[in-house]
Amino acid sequence: MWDAITSIVPLALTYTAPLLVIAIGGLFSERSGVVNIGLEGLMGIGAFTSAFMISTTYGSLGDVAIWLGLAAAALSGGVFSLLHAFASVTMKADQVVSGTAVNILSSAITVYLARSLTGSANIQIIKGLIRFNVPGLSAIPVMGPLFFQNANIAIFIVLLIVLISWYVLYRLPFGLRLRACGENPHAADSMGVNVIKMRYAGVFISGILAGLGGGFVITTYSGEFSPLVYSGLGFLALAALIFGKWNPWGVLGAALFFGFAKTVADMSRLFEALKTMPNILFNTFPYVATIVALVLFSKNAAGPRAAGEPYDVGKR
Amino acid sequence: MRKWILFFTSERNQKIIVPFLAVMLGFLVGALVMLFSGYNPVEAYLALLKGAGLLGNIKRFGDTLLSMTTLTLTGLSVAFAFRTGLFNIGAAGQMLMGGFVAVYVGVTLSLPWVVHMLLAVFAAVLTGALWAFLPGLLKAKFKIHEVVTTIMMNWIAYWSVYYLVPTYIPGHFNTESIPIKPTATLRVEWLTQLFHGSYVNIGLFFALAAVVIIWWVMEKTVFGYELKAVGFNGQAAKYAGMKVSRNIILSMMIAGGLAGLAGAVFYLGYTDNIKIGVLPSQGFDGIAVALLGLNNPFGVALAAFLFGFMNAGKLFMQSATAVPNELVPIINAIIIFFAAIYLMIKIWLQKIGKRFSEGGGDE
Repeated sequence: MWDAITSIVPLALTYTAPLLVIAIGGLFSERSGVVNIGLEGLMGIGAFTSAFMISTTYGSLGDVAIWLGLAAAALSGGVFSLLHAFASVTMKADQVVSGTAVNILSSAITVYLARSLTGSANIQIIKGLIRFNVPGLSAIPVMGPLFFQNANIAIFIVLLIVLISWYVLYRLPFGLRLRACGENPHAADSMGVNVIKMRYAGVFISGILAGLGGGFVITTYSGEFSPLVYSGLGFLALAALIFGKWNPWGVLGAALFFGFAKTVADMSRLFEALKTMPNILFNTFPYVATIVALVLFSKNAAGPRAAGEPYDVGKR
Repeated sequence: MRKWILFFTSERNQKIIVPFLAVMLGFLVGALVMLFSGYNPVEAYLALLKGAGLLGNIKRFGDTLLSMTTLTLTGLSVAFAFRTGLFNIGAAGQMLMGGFVAVYVGVTLSLPWVVHMLLAVFAAVLTGALWAFLPGLLKAKFKIHEVVTTIMMNWIAYWSVYYLVPTYIPGHFNTESIPIKPTATLRVEWLTQLFHGSYVNIGLFFALAAVVIIWWVMEKTVFGYELKAVGFNGQAAKYAGMKVSRNIILSMMIAGGLAGLAGAVFYLGYTDNIKIGVLPSQGFDGIAVALLGLNNPFGVALAAFLFGFMNAGKLFMQSATAVPNELVPIINAIIIFFAAIYLMIKIWLQKIGKRFSEGGGDE
C-alpha cells in the first residue's frame, strides 16, 4: 500500500500543477467579471507554442529552451485571450459564446499550424522538466518520499503562483479593484476604477496562466503536442474553480482533490487494491462533486456577482 | 453610395445581412490564414466545393446532406433552448449519451428492421431528454446557471461512455463498441442507391420533420408561446399564471431530446458504432448553426447545410490541396465570433444609418 501511495502522490502532484495554474487563471478572469469557458482553448495555445518552441530551439539552446518554451506558452495564451477580452468586454458579446469560439478556434488553429509546419498533427519535444530529489528535504521520513523525492519543479512554481495570486487579489489595491469589477462594476466605476481596463487585465492574466498550464502539460507528463491535448483539462479547471468557491485556497484544495481523483482513475488498473473500482467513479467524480457543490452553495451565491454580464455604464 | 449605406444599416435588412457578412468574413479570414501559411485559397475553396458535391458529384452531395442531418438537429437543440431563454452548451453530452443508448439497443436487442430502428431512435431521444433534465431542474429550483451544469454533464457523459462501452458492448478494439445489427440501421437501400452509395439516410427526414414540428410548436401553439414567455421574462410569465419551473425543465428536456436524436442519426445512420474518448464536435458546431440561423428552425436548416458542406468537403480538400482540414473549424470559429459581437456592430450600423437618413451624408 505504501508503495502505491509513494508512486501515486508524485504523479498526482505533477498532474495537479497544470490543472491548478489554469484554474487560478480562471479565478482572475471571473473575479474581474468575465466568465471564461475558453480556458481549454487558451491551455491548448500554450501547449502548442511551448511544444513548437522547445522542439525548434532545443538543438541550439539546450535546457534553456524548456524555460523559453514555458515563457512563450504564457505569452501566447495571454495574447490569444485578448480575443475573448475584445469580444466580451469591448464588444459586450455573450461571454459563453465568445469562450466557445476561443475553444473551437484554438483547437483548429493549433492543429492546422502543426500540420502545415511539421506535416503531422503532432509535435514532440526531446526533453521536458526532469524530476529531481530536493536536496535535504527529500531525506525527511514520510514527507520526503511523498513530496520531495522524484519531484517535479512545476508543482513548486505553481504553488508559488497561488501564493502570489492570493497576495495580489487580497492584499494589493489592484486586487481589490479587480474583484470590485466582478462584484459591482458600477460602484467600482463611481470610485474611479476603469472597469474596462480591469476586465482586460483579468482576462489577460487568465490567458497567461492558462497558457503556462498548457506549457506544463507538454513539459511534465505529455511530452508532445497532439489533438489529444484538448481532452478537457480546461473544463476540469473550471470545475475546480467553482468547487473551490472562486478563492485561491479553495481552488488549491479542489485542484489537488481532482488531480488525485484523476490520477487514481488512470492508475486503478495497476494496483490490486483499486482494480475492482470502476474508473467511471473517479473520472466523473470532479464533475458530479461540482454540481453537488453548486446546489449546496446556491443558498448564498458564492461566485462573483457580476460575472457573465457585460459592463454597461447606462444600466443599473 | 448613400442608398447602399441605408440598405446596410436598416433594421429590416439586417436579418439577412448579418449572417451573410458573418459567412463572408469567415471565408475571408480562412483565405488569409491560407495565404499566410502558403496555400492557394482559390484552389482550396474550389476543392471544398468539389469535395462537398456541389459541383455535380451525387455521392459527395449525399455526404453533405448526411453531415447536414446531424448539424440540423444539434443546431435545433441549441436554437430551441436560446428561444426559451436557455443556453444549451450540453448538446454534445446529450448527443453522446443518446447515441450510446441507441447503439446499446442496436447491439443487444433482436427485432425486425423498422421496430428495432424506431426503438433505438426513441431510446436516444429519451436519453438525451433525461440527460438535460438535471440542468433544467437545477435551473428551475436552485437558479443554478445551465451553462455550468451542462458543461459538467458533458464531461460526465464523456467519462460514462468511456467506461460503459468497453464494459458492456466491447468491440474489436478497446476504444470502440461492436457495430449495431443491420436491423437497427437508419440507412435504406433506395436512398443509398439514389446517392450512389453515400451514407445519407432517413435520419435526414427525421431532421427535416423536427424542423417543421419545432417551428410549429414555437410559433403556432400556446405551449410554445408559454415556453418563450418564460424565457423572455420569467417573472411576468409567473404573474400571468404560467408554470415557470415546469416550463424551464420542459424546454431543457426538449432541447436535450433533439440532441439525443442527433446522436441516433449520427451513430445509427453513419458510424454504426460508438467510439470512446470523443465529445462529438457537432454539439459545439450546433452553437454556430443556431447563431447563424438566427435561432429560427428554417434558418437552422439552411445554416446546417452550409456547415454540412464544409464538413463533408474538408477531407477531400486536405487530400487534394494539402490544406489541413482544420481550416473548416477555423472558419466556423470566426463565424461564431462575428455572430457574438454583432449586437455592437448593429448599434454602430444604426448610428451611421441615422446620420445618413437625417439629411447628412454627403455623396
